[in-house]
Amino acid sequence: MKKALSILFISFIAFSCSVDPEIKPIIIEDEIKEVVPEGWPTPVYNFSNNPLTPDGFTLGRYLFYDPILSSDNTISCGSCHQQFAAFANAGHDISHGVNGLLGTRNTPAIQNVNWLPTFMHDGGINHIEVMPLGPITNPVEMNETMVNVVAKLSASGKYKQLFTKAYGDDMVNSQRIFKAIAQFMGTMYSYNSKYDKVKSGEESFTAQEQAGYTLFVQKCSSCHKEPLFSDYDYRNNGLVAFADSGRAHITGNASDRYKFKTPSLRNIEKTAPYMHDGRFYTLDQCLNHYVSGIVSTPSLDPLLTGGISLNTQDKSDIIAFLKTLTDTKFLTDSRYSEIK
Amino acid sequence: MKKILFLLFISVTIISCKKDEVIPPKELPMPDVIDTTGFLEIHIANVVNGAPLSLHTSTYVSSANDTFSVDIFKYYISNVQLVTASGYTYTEVESYYLVDHSQPNSLHLMIKKVPSNHFSSINFTIGVDSTRNVSGSQTGALDPLNDMFWTWNSGYIMAKIEGHSPQSPEPTKKIVYHIGGFSGKFSGIRNVSLAFPNNADVTKNHIPILNLKADINQWFVQPNFSNFSTSYFITSINQESKDMADNYANMFSVVSVVN
Repeated sequence: MKKALSILFISFIAFSCSVDPEIKPIIIEDEIKEVVPEGWPTPVYNFSNNPLTPDGFTLGRYLFYDPILSSDNTISCGSCHQQFAAFANAGHDISHGVNGLLGTRNTPAIQNVNWLPTFMHDGGINHIEVMPLGPITNPVEMNETMVNVVAKLSASGKYKQLFTKAYGDDMVNSQRIFKAIAQFMGTMYSYNSKYDKVKSGEESFTAQEQAGYTLFVQKCSSCHKEPLFSDYDYRNNGLVAFADSGRAHITGNASDRYKFKTPSLRNIEKTAPYMHDGRFYTLDQCLNHYVSGIVSTPSLDPLLTGGISLNTQDKSDIIAFLKTLTDTKFLTDSRYSEIK
Repeated sequence: MKKILFLLFISVTIISCKKDEVIPPKELPMPDVIDTTGFLEIHIANVVNGAPLSLHTSTYVSSANDTFSVDIFKYYISNVQLVTASGYTYTEVESYYLVDHSQPNSLHLMIKKVPSNHFSSINFTIGVDSTRNVSGSQTGALDPLNDMFWTWNSGYIMAKIEGHSPQSPEPTKKIVYHIGGFSGKFSGIRNVSLAFPNNADVTKNHIPILNLKADINQWFVQPNFSNFSTSYFITSINQESKDMADNYANMFSVVSVVN
């Protein structure tokens, strides 16, 4: 029925576009479509059960930036996920929720999330559509219930209109909310960095970037695997913060203690501070950790035993390379910005 | 969608019948599949040691001689199958029910599209199958706003009891059992098979009623005896939750089948 409705709805839109320009999704400047860049693996999530439409995307965009999702209407997804920081939280080791409460982990970036097999630093959330439940219901983040979210959105004239455009009628339910947010987050693609352009032959690395890339492939890419710059596995990288057991919190296995998911390094220049607890503010600090800061515990990743040997020149070369992962188009793309 | 598919299926069947030249005699009406199916209604009585469950106010005594009261009692019943003596099995599609003792309507389950037959037993699952635990946002009984979905470690809470006991070491004397896990050795999913004392005769015009009893006391008795002073707060997936699931697997019994 949903498919039939959406087909009906699409034809309705197609029809109405020609007769009533006001029905058009006025805030979409470019086409919204599913992207799998050349050479990338098959995404974990596609939109086969969540047909991607400009109006679905637009609803997701409104929801993402709307503090109505929080208990006191002060915190939105976008409060902590800032576009200029690749949707990480610039300058915050950990982020503020409602009532000034602090979380325990660093806000992760949102980009290319359709390739993520799991969500959160500990991988506790298993699907993009149920991912927003975590921050919405967490008492130190948005501290709200889905029952209240549905009630507040149902009472809103603006959302009645947005849900009708996206789904054909104004019924609000959690599935419609989550699918719309998945349309917005799932189309946050970052694949237009200098690195990507070098790979496609449009641009070339400088000598230093090339030297950094060569080192990166030798010393970093077994975990930060191209082209997504993560293997999405869980690893103890020798940070050791005993208060947070990481992956073990989810699996209950002692062998998973202090393991966290390998983060992508795309847009790394913009996503400081770094690590699951946001302890490092510069890329230099991160590299120094791998050179001389590794703390050995039984679950330490075997690849990091003894650290990674890098001299000062190596470090600046690698950082020069990492900056080629910055995707200015993504960071400034008006389709992802807050709707004013 | 289902209805549309079904109609499509019927028309395809009709067409293929013609192709195969197995055309029924014209004077006979075409079999109308929709009209030959009926329903089976399940009534669930939640009890504690045989006494009707009354939330908040009533106190009960467990087999460990602990006094307790119940504030929340919720569980999933899913993937209902009805079986005849000869082994014919009807499997309901989209078969997900959330039984919530605070919602009297949820104690009545209407099993749909049951073919006319004489059913002698029922199979169902306590909990939600693994597929629906990993398939993103769901609606109806499986909507996460029903407060039966873990937000920090995705997956359904298969069954839940919250209440109070003076024996609980928790400062507010709470007892909390949220039993989940959809895979691995600590899974909270349990399959239940119950034989009927007499057949349930489903026809298109007649809805038999299956009266079931769900006894909370079973959560704490067999095979893993527990008391509220040691086992009072289970909200993650581990040996303790697995033991409790082994217990609640035994909580159902058939009271009667009324035709």
